[in-house]
Amino acid sequence: SLSRAITTTYHIINNNTQSQHHRRPSTNKITIITMSAKQIITPALRAASIHVRSSNLSPALSKSAAAHLSTAPAGGGGGVVHTLPDLRYDYAALEPSVSAETMEIHHSKHHNTYVTNLNVAMEKLDAAVSKGDAGSIIGLQGALKFNGGGHLNHTLFWENLCPAGESAVPSGGALKDAVEARWKGGFEEMKKEVGAMSVGVQGSGWGWLGFNVKTGRIEATTCPNQDPLQATTGLVPLLGIDVWEHAYYVDYRNVRPNYVNAIWDIINWKTVEERLVAAQQQK
Amino acid sequence: QIFSILSILAVVAHGATYDLPPLPFGTSSLKPMISKKTLQIHHGKHHAKYVNTLNALVAGTSLENQSLEKIIKATHKSKPGIFNNAAQAWNHSFYWKCMTPKGGGMPNENKHSKLLCDKINASFGSYDNFRKEFAEAANTAFGSGWAWLVSDAKGNLSVRKTIGADNPMVSSGKCCIPILTCDVWEHAYYLDYANLRPSYVDTFLDKLVNWEFVAENLERAVDSGKNWS
Repeated sequence: SLSRAITTTYHIINNNTQSQHHRRPSTNKITIITMSAKQIITPALRAASIHVRSSNLSPALSKSAAAHLSTAPAGGGGGVVHTLPDLRYDYAALEPSVSAETMEIHHSKHHNTYVTNLNVAMEKLDAAVSKGDAGSIIGLQGALKFNGGGHLNHTLFWENLCPAGESAVPSGGALKDAVEARWKGGFEEMKKEVGAMSVGVQGSGWGWLGFNVKTGRIEATTCPNQDPLQATTGLVPLLGIDVWEHAYYVDYRNVRPNYVNAIWDIINWKTVEERLVAAQQQK
Repeated sequence: QIFSILSILAVVAHGATYDLPPLPFGTSSLKPMISKKTLQIHHGKHHAKYVNTLNALVAGTSLENQSLEKIIKATHKSKPGIFNNAAQAWNHSFYWKCMTPKGGGMPNENKHSKLLCDKINASFGSYDNFRKEFAEAANTAFGSGWAWLVSDAKGNLSVRKTIGADNPMVSSGKCCIPILTCDVWEHAYYLDYANLRPSYVDTFLDKLVNWEFVAENLERAVDSGKNWS
C-alpha cells in the first residue's frame, strides 16, 4: 500500500512557558522532515489540531497547520492515496494499433478519473468504518467496485501493452507451455478465443486471460464494466483487453473486432509471462 | 455459400420483422450539441446493426412477426442474445424521438402539456429536482446504459437507470412505462464530448429533450392505465 509522505511538521512553542520579559513574536520553527502519514497523524494529534488555532502561533501558520492535519489521510487503518501510474512508453508509442490521441484521453482522463474517485470513495469509507456506519459502508460498495476496479484494470492494462517493435510471442518457456496445455493450436487459437470473447462483451467490459490457482491452468474469460478479475472470479489476471468503447472509438469507431485484432500487435508478452510465473509460484 | 445466400433470400422473402426507422431529423440538425458524424455512425451503424442482427436471429422462429415490445418481454430472461438486439433496437428508436433541435429546458404548460408539468412537480417537487435526479442517474450508470423517466398508470413519475440493453418496461410491476430516455453508452457522446459524459447529459437536458414526445408518452401511459385490469 502507498503512504503519502507528509513533508512538513512543526513545533508548537508553548508561549505560556516563556518569560514575561521576552515578549517578542513567536519564533516558531517549521521543521521540514519526511515521515509517513501513518507515523505522524495519530488520532491524538488529529484531535489536538483543533487546539492549534488557539496557540500563539501566527494565525497564518496555525491555520495552515490545522488544515494540513485535518485533511491528511488518517493514520492506522487508511492513509492510502492512489495515484495515476506513469506509462513506460510515450502516448504515441502504440501506434498504429492505438493512437496517441486515444492513449492521452484514456490514461490522463479516464484512468485519472477512476483514481480520483477511488480516493474520494476510500476517504468516505474511512470515515464510515471509524464510525462503524454499516449503512454507509454498504452504500459505498458500488463506487468502490467501479473506481477501484477501473484503477486496477487500467494499471494492469498499461503494463501488458508495449510498442509493436518490443512485442514478441515467446518461443519457449512457462507461458508457451501453459497456452499449449490449454489450447492445442497454441497462441493462434488462444488469440482467436480471447479475441472472440472480448468482441462479444455486451456493452462495457474487459477480456481476460487469467490463471486458475486451484487447477494450475490458464483460462479465457470476460468481466462486465470495471469488475476486477481476481475479486470477481478468483483468477489471477495475466492479460487484460479493455473493450469499453472509450478504448477504441476514436480509432475504430464501432468496429470493435478491428481494434481487438490490432491489439495483439502490442501485447507485452514478457509481462504476461512474469505474471504467470508469479501466480504459479503461489501454489 | 449457397445455403447462406438462400437463408438471406428467405429472410427477405418473409419480410424482416423490423426496419431501421429513419432519424426524425437531418443528421446535421442537432449541431453543435450532437455532430453529424455521431448521428451517422450511431444511427447508420450501431442502431442498424441491432436491427439487422435481430432480424437474422428471429428469422424462421415463432418470434418472427411479433411486435418489438412482445419480443422484448418474451426474451428478457430466456434469450439474452435476442433480447439485447431487440431492446437496443427499441431503445434507439425511442431515443431519437426524445430529441429535437430546439428542445430541452423546462417544459411549458401551454406549449407542451399541463399534465406533464403537473406530474413533474407532483413527483419531484420541481423541474430542478427532476433535472438533478435524471442527470445523476445518467452520470452514475456505471458502464454502458440508459437513463429513463418512467410513468406508472396514474402518471406518477420516477427516474430509473439501466445497464446495457435493459429497459424499464421489463421491470416487475406496472411502475415503469418509459416516457423519456437518454443513451449514455459511450458511443452516444464520445466523438463530441470524449470522456465528459456530464457535459453531454447537461446538453441533452438543456437543449435537446423533446417534451412534446414525452407528453404524448405520458398521455398514453395514463390512458392505457385506465384500461388496466
